[in-house]
Amino acid sequence: MNQFYGAGLPYLNDEPYTGKLIVIEGADCSGRSTQTLLLKQWLEFNGHSVLNTGIKRSDLVSSVIDEAKEGNVLGKTTLSLLYATDFADQLENKIIPALRAGFIVLADRYVFTLMARDAIRGADPGWLEELFGFALVPDMTFYLQLPPEVLLHRHFQKRGYLDYWESGMDLSLSTDMFESFHRYQTMCNQEFDDLAQEYNFITIDGTKPIAEVQQILRGHINTLLQTL
Amino acid sequence: MRLKKARGLGRTMQYPGRLFIVEGTDGSGKSTQIYLLKRWLEDSGYPVFFTEWNSSDLIKSANKKAKKKNLLTPTTFSLIHACDFADRYEKMILPHLRAGYIVLADRYIYTAYARDIARGCDADWVRNLYSYAVKPSIAFYFQTPLEISLDRILRSRPQLKYHEAGLDLGLTTDPVESFKLFQGMIKNNYDEMAHEEHFHLVDATESIEQQQQAVRHVVAELLEDYETPTHVTTGGTVR
Repeated sequence: MNQFYGAGLPYLNDEPYTGKLIVIEGADCSGRSTQTLLLKQWLEFNGHSVLNTGIKRSDLVSSVIDEAKEGNVLGKTTLSLLYATDFADQLENKIIPALRAGFIVLADRYVFTLMARDAIRGADPGWLEELFGFALVPDMTFYLQLPPEVLLHRHFQKRGYLDYWESGMDLSLSTDMFESFHRYQTMCNQEFDDLAQEYNFITIDGTKPIAEVQQILRGHINTLLQTL
Repeated sequence: MRLKKARGLGRTMQYPGRLFIVEGTDGSGKSTQIYLLKRWLEDSGYPVFFTEWNSSDLIKSANKKAKKKNLLTPTTFSLIHACDFADRYEKMILPHLRAGYIVLADRYIYTAYARDIARGCDADWVRNLYSYAVKPSIAFYFQTPLEISLDRILRSRPQLKYHEAGLDLGLTTDPVESFKLFQGMIKNNYDEMAHEEHFHLVDATESIEQQQQAVRHVVAELLEDYETPTHVTTGGTVR
């Protein structure tokens, strides 16, 4: 049976699907995308059909989100709902059809990222939980955990500077971006640690070398795929 | 999982402004009535702010594009309208209520509730979506027998739009037949929430003048203890 976190999508036929939904969560620069890419190659090599997906990739409202972030003109509830719309669009038009077709869906971030970013911005946890009640429960959720100090250096290596949103500058925690980044990432970590407990994430130490993290991921996924 | 809170639609208002809203099926005449109410309030010197359903600039283009392509599912249809509402609420409705304005809304959260449930969304999920919004000072429900509202719309509109006709529900492929069924479902949802949400019923079969009189009577009562904010300049017309 397909399992949803809450009310689900009551108007859908509840046909059980044969695919698997695997989620990888983690901060920006946590190595998520690299790991997802490696997993895709490995899974395809082993004869599985793979769909890669992420948040903010549907064509429905992503341009609105980008526009709004540029000018920073949106209220927090509006932004939450825009992200939720975007996610719902991908869930119904990409993820669920792929799962029904027997694909392995690799989600580079899922509703947990949205819940964490909204919770930090003051959204009511109960409201968020019910809002995202239409989300499918993944077959497996990984969380790449890294301390803010390590993330800081990875951000510098990737971009050479700290990103406005990744530093949580919209929260006015500090006018100093360096300070704000640290405080914001610490809050994110705390939020994800809480979510990890509530939603049974498999937490992986993201400071390990790429190959080592990949081996751990493959180990867990192998167990999951034994049933296929 | 946390326990779900029992809740009605919206939360109690604690702002100096007033919020008067109109609801009803398409063709119930509610837009005409709120326009006349607006004229009357403005000419009487009240600071009025008017907003209507599905009108936020931000969402408009995305919404149009999506509807044209029939890309929307019941959930994304619901969410995209929730985005539109949230944007207008956070930027316009709430600040005006806090500043003491009289806010007039052509359709409010009950429209979403009536339509989304007809489309098959979970009722509690939709309630939660709009739970941050304040309850209006009064909600006028323009109750119309289905045949009358259908007749008004079908006579004035040569072609029904896809979502307007509820064709996305897959009830039937005939737009007119689908529209009738869909509007019937929406009317039932309105009728069902009328009591619980304390709608003020207006018989929309009466003359425009009679309805407006009834509306103004209720509004006047709700404005008895209203105080115009001190620094506001209103545009009362010179007669």
